[in-house]
Amino acid sequence: MTLEELEEIALTENEAQAKIPLTVRVCVAAGCLSCQSQAVKDALDRDIASRNWSGHCKIKGVGCMGLCAEGPLVSTNGGILYKGVAAADATALLDAMEQGPVERLLCPTDIPFFQRQKKIVLENSGVIDPERIEEYIAASGYRAFVQALTEMTPAEVIEQVVKSGLRGRGGAGYPTGLKWSTVAKAVGTRKYVICNADEGDPGAFMDRSVLESDPHRVLEGMLIAAYAVGAPEGYIYVRAEYPLAIKRLKSAIRQAEKLGLLGSNIGGTSFSFRIELRLGAGAFVCGEETALIASIEGNRGTPRPRPPYPAMEGLLGQPTLINNVETFANVPPIIRNGGEWYAAIGTEKSKGTKVFALAGRVQNTGLVEVPMGISLREMVFEIGGGIPEGRGFKAVQTGGPSGGCLPSECLDMPVDYESLARAGSIMGSGGMIVMDEGSCMVDVAKYFMDFCMTESCGKCIPCRVGTYQMHRLLDTITKLQATPQDVAMLEELCDLVKHTSLCGLGQSAPNPVLSTLRYFAEEYKAHIERKECVAGVCGKGAAT
Amino acid sequence: MITSTVKPAPPGQDKRWKIVDATMRRVGQNSRGLIETLHTVQEAFGYLDETALRYVAITLRVPLSRAYGVATFYHFFTLKPAGEHTCVICLGTACYIKGAPRLVDAVKRELGIAPGQTTADKKVSVLSARCLGSCGLAPAVVYDNEVAGKITPEQLRQQLAKWDAHDA
Repeated sequence: MTLEELEEIALTENEAQAKIPLTVRVCVAAGCLSCQSQAVKDALDRDIASRNWSGHCKIKGVGCMGLCAEGPLVSTNGGILYKGVAAADATALLDAMEQGPVERLLCPTDIPFFQRQKKIVLENSGVIDPERIEEYIAASGYRAFVQALTEMTPAEVIEQVVKSGLRGRGGAGYPTGLKWSTVAKAVGTRKYVICNADEGDPGAFMDRSVLESDPHRVLEGMLIAAYAVGAPEGYIYVRAEYPLAIKRLKSAIRQAEKLGLLGSNIGGTSFSFRIELRLGAGAFVCGEETALIASIEGNRGTPRPRPPYPAMEGLLGQPTLINNVETFANVPPIIRNGGEWYAAIGTEKSKGTKVFALAGRVQNTGLVEVPMGISLREMVFEIGGGIPEGRGFKAVQTGGPSGGCLPSECLDMPVDYESLARAGSIMGSGGMIVMDEGSCMVDVAKYFMDFCMTESCGKCIPCRVGTYQMHRLLDTITKLQATPQDVAMLEELCDLVKHTSLCGLGQSAPNPVLSTLRYFAEEYKAHIERKECVAGVCGKGAAT
Repeated sequence: MITSTVKPAPPGQDKRWKIVDATMRRVGQNSRGLIETLHTVQEAFGYLDETALRYVAITLRVPLSRAYGVATFYHFFTLKPAGEHTCVICLGTACYIKGAPRLVDAVKRELGIAPGQTTADKKVSVLSARCLGSCGLAPAVVYDNEVAGKITPEQLRQQLAKWDAHDA
């Protein structure tokens, strides 16, 4: 595959698309599918057939448009977006193509939810058909890879990634360029590239959306990485709970193989690369890179001490590059537009954009991509549209079970790796959950501790026993039976588990407790001294 | 190349073992393919029983303890057959905040079982999920592989009652 061949495919596709003046895009990502968007698409298809409109209007299944709570979403020419569309609305929608929009289904697109976003990772989401490689190529897809392969040396590719300032989007924020150059320099008989698509944080669905909406983007990112580090083989470790993402990845890999973008001697060069899928089986700890490797090797997903880091000794003892889905998805535009272009977006230390899954007690739930450095207030009140039912904001939780709950005092803080860490939370993979007065922060801390306790792999004692004991103490507090000594014990355990656990799961498990102790000490006090839960969640008077 | 001729015979005539054998061949009858194979077994049979675990372990040349260890380590694998219908309640953060615990309570009251259990008549299994990734639709439930969003305890009760009535 050469650049000329790519351009030819893009040209043919663009010409074919230009012949059909009207396009109706129906979201067929998991969120809208569970609101019956497939039935909407089928109804539209039937209607088109009965009108003999096949040369006039095309119905296209596309990826996520972001506003998942208002699904099924449908967009038509001229940037018109419809929400909550039912199959019965098909005729009205198609009539509207000539008569003007259907007012009752209109979803305003001039609201901050859409206006404040900056789409890099999600640029093709909701626009192209994720099941057709031609559409991806027509949207400049695989150009970055072929350009890297034919016009750049691996060192030049890595240089651009370093320049971009891209940091790992899985949570820890390790500089991607540095990781790549370590793997490139490492000595081994065979190197591997792994895409971590084991999105385990409850409340996070960014990676699922990217995989469902634009799977080729991830493959292209992996190809560029493989070329840069010199790896002939790659794996995508994806959750078995995401059947649609798996299906689209499988078909994307097949299509790329057919066009010679994956396989041996790609583009007539000596570079070869194959990708295989590996299904996770539901273990949060497998998001940790050494546990993930153990799982790909067919073992229980237990982490091992680092160093040696996977960059030196990873899969089957060989140098292995592991990046998250969103990290790989950022790579093609970086190569296409240059590292400096990317570095101009975001803050000094956190470059580019970040995709967040905004959920919980907030008006607009869904998927958003924003430049780094945006404030939490803008996220919750402008993009998120504030708290529904006129209730008061209490906290926003970032980073899932490894992150923390931030109160209203933190709302003006910029969203970047350092600021979030200073405030006692983490960037995490991008889950952002808003809580209102109806949530008890001790109960929330208990919820996360229950999660970490269940998900602890059991290999190291601080995590295995510590999370159990912390959960027991939190349970006593939520039953309104705790004493001040219990809180002292809880704090001591937090310190111990944080500093002595083997892997990130244990080391970050105390974060939800520490952050709620720090910002919502009053609530703990009320539970212990006055035997009272302000939110009315805990104790005997608990709302069931 | 010497290929192993000692591959044990499948535990029975059931055609589904052929699918399992195909997976094990694809992974080169290598211990690295253990999780892949267990996925296939569970997809074909619905759960992993002792016969299956023994057969997979011996074919892939791993100790039974390792096969059992892997099967019990991962939440996705189940060693017990599921009921006729399954209802998965998502307990991800967004669903939790938006009232998933009330759904668990509703199931308890209606069927007398907790997530992870099956009713005595084997009609309904209730499971919990860590996160379905359908947070925009919280609280979400999966009824027999169909995701349903923004579920109230009353809607859940109605669905359970419907299953009960249909199969009575």
